Amino acid sequence: MTSDIAAILAIDGIATGAIYVLVAVGTVLIFTVTRVMFIPFGDIAAFTALTLAALETGHLPGTVGLVLVLAVLASLAECWSLGRSGRGRHIPKALAFYLLLPVLVALFVRLALPLAPSMPVRIVLALLLVMPISPLLDRIVFRPIADASVLLLLIVSMALHFALVGLGLLFFGPEGVRTQPLTDSAFEVLGVHVNGQTLLIVIASIVFSGLLYLFFGFTLTGKALRATAVNRTGARLMGIRPARSGTIAYLVGSLMAGVSGILVAPVNTIFYDSGFLLGLKAFVGAIIGGLASYPGTAIGAVFVGVLESFASFESSALKEVIVFSLLIPILIWRSIVSPHIEEEVEE
Amino acid sequence: MALLSLRNVSVSYDKVEAVRDVSLDVEAGQIVSVIGPNGAGKTTMMLATMGLLPLAGEVIFEGSRLNGLEVEERVERGICLVPERRELFADMSVADNLILGSYSLKDRSGVDAALQQVYQRFPRLLERRRQKAGTLSGGERQMLALGRALMAKPKLLILDEPSLGLAPLIVREIFRTIASLRELGVSVLLVEQNARAALETADYGYVLETGEVIQEGSASSLIHDPKLIAAYLGGH
Ligand SMILES: Nc1ncnc2c1ncn2[C@@H]1O[C@H](COP(=O)(O)OP(=O)(O)OP(=O)(O)O)[C@@H](O)[C@H]1O
Ligand SMILES: [Mg+2]
Repeated sequence: MTSDIAAILAIDGIATGAIYVLVAVGTVLIFTVTRVMFIPFGDIAAFTALTLAALETGHLPGTVGLVLVLAVLASLAECWSLGRSGRGRHIPKALAFYLLLPVLVALFVRLALPLAPSMPVRIVLALLLVMPISPLLDRIVFRPIADASVLLLLIVSMALHFALVGLGLLFFGPEGVRTQPLTDSAFEVLGVHVNGQTLLIVIASIVFSGLLYLFFGFTLTGKALRATAVNRTGARLMGIRPARSGTIAYLVGSLMAGVSGILVAPVNTIFYDSGFLLGLKAFVGAIIGGLASYPGTAIGAVFVGVLESFASFESSALKEVIVFSLLIPILIWRSIVSPHIEEEVEE
Repeated sequence: MALLSLRNVSVSYDKVEAVRDVSLDVEAGQIVSVIGPNGAGKTTMMLATMGLLPLAGEVIFEGSRLNGLEVEERVERGICLVPERRELFADMSVADNLILGSYSLKDRSGVDAALQQVYQRFPRLLERRRQKAGTLSGGERQMLALGRALMAKPKLLILDEPSLGLAPLIVREIFRTIASLRELGVSVLLVEQNARAALETADYGYVLETGEVIQEGSASSLIHDPKLIAAYLGGH
């Protein structure tokens, strides 16, 4: 392998890793706030790509149906639990959030579709349409078992991923999609050819990580999210509702996953079930970061991306095998260094 | 009408009844102290008042029932608990802990002024404002817990053993702070094992033993009660 090839592979790997960073950071965010390892984030990314592709061809995305079904289920769950606990007075507000808001988003997309919106607008529409999915799933699936152990939540999360893949097939069909390139410019960086798409991926990942940092460091809502992650009881005693923090975390995480889906869609063909490997690699990146540190997670995710890039050069058929086999020793090392993740979080 | 009333409150852990048929009042502007030995049920009673534990009986605040309200709604109504375990945000800076204390306030205009007041009251917190709460000493933690609670501008402050594990000098400072809350118009429900200091600060007191109120009265009468002196107040 010449140094030229190594440089190309490295840049490729960093771009792949940058995609994983977005999903991995969302995963860590959800985990620290709600203790749920949200495996379906990869699916959210894939669904965003499929949504964008449908919008490009002028079709109503399957996401609309999915969101409407979930909105109805979530509203029923919320109203039932409010009614049962004698807090019926909150039902109108709950309906506005769990039913009206998703319906409005779906309606908005439906009305905007015939106007043949430009690419930036399509991207915004795709993100808007995908963002309600995880908060609604949270309400339907995780809220009723919020006090369960991390392991049980993980198993349910796994099951939810498979359910989502099934729903993906139902709502999006089996065809793969590839969206229009976001840019066709190209650059020379230190003598190596870099195309604009790669650069865009890296920049987007840096920008969104930066925005997240500002959100956590400088807004009351961001601080409240951190507080919920650090100490639930303490947060509640300050009037911070953990369920609401969870919803915000799911929204922010979905935005990051959605952006990653939009960034991969022009370079990879995406199917309804393409999210799994993306989610799994992001998950591994998050584990390397100890499921707690954001910079650690980013480094872990980029590492996985670079590893994958070099592995696919050695043998593209065996790339996943190489990646995951090399990761096993790292994960074992991680579990030795920080064996008490679960207990720490439950404290 | 009392600011806070507990009416025939009982609290159980599974089958064990930790608080039995307790009634208690805190008048507006008063400092009311609950004293009693380890395991008497003091903490249990405060957690239930706050909504962190289910209870039988009634909790009435400013004339309306709190039963069925979530913890967060009670905070929004103006009750703030500084729990025995403090529950600080250990991984976050002192300043962020204090800012989060004001989370329940809809009107954000007074937050900066409130922060300055807390720093004035506890200059140590100003020095340590960038430090993580988890790295503070015990006394500093207690100041932070008190400061964070004051940021919420509560009508009623419930303090669970604010002097626990602190050096005598700091204990005195904490009690001075509590006494000065009267001027701010904050009512205080104070749980303490340090019975003498608590009764010296309070207007009214309750004695809790094995989950039941066995005695109540003005703080000055309790402090001279020979039975209590023998049991809780030591020699002097
Ligand atoms: N989580 C729990 N599960 C079961 N029993 C409990 C629990 N917490 C407290 N208890 C029991 O309830 C009783 C009252 O405890 P509580 O903590 O309220 O006492 P306390 O008056 O605050 O004591 P201390 O002065 O030591 O803080 C004790 O007998 C205790 O063992
Ligand atoms: Mg106690």
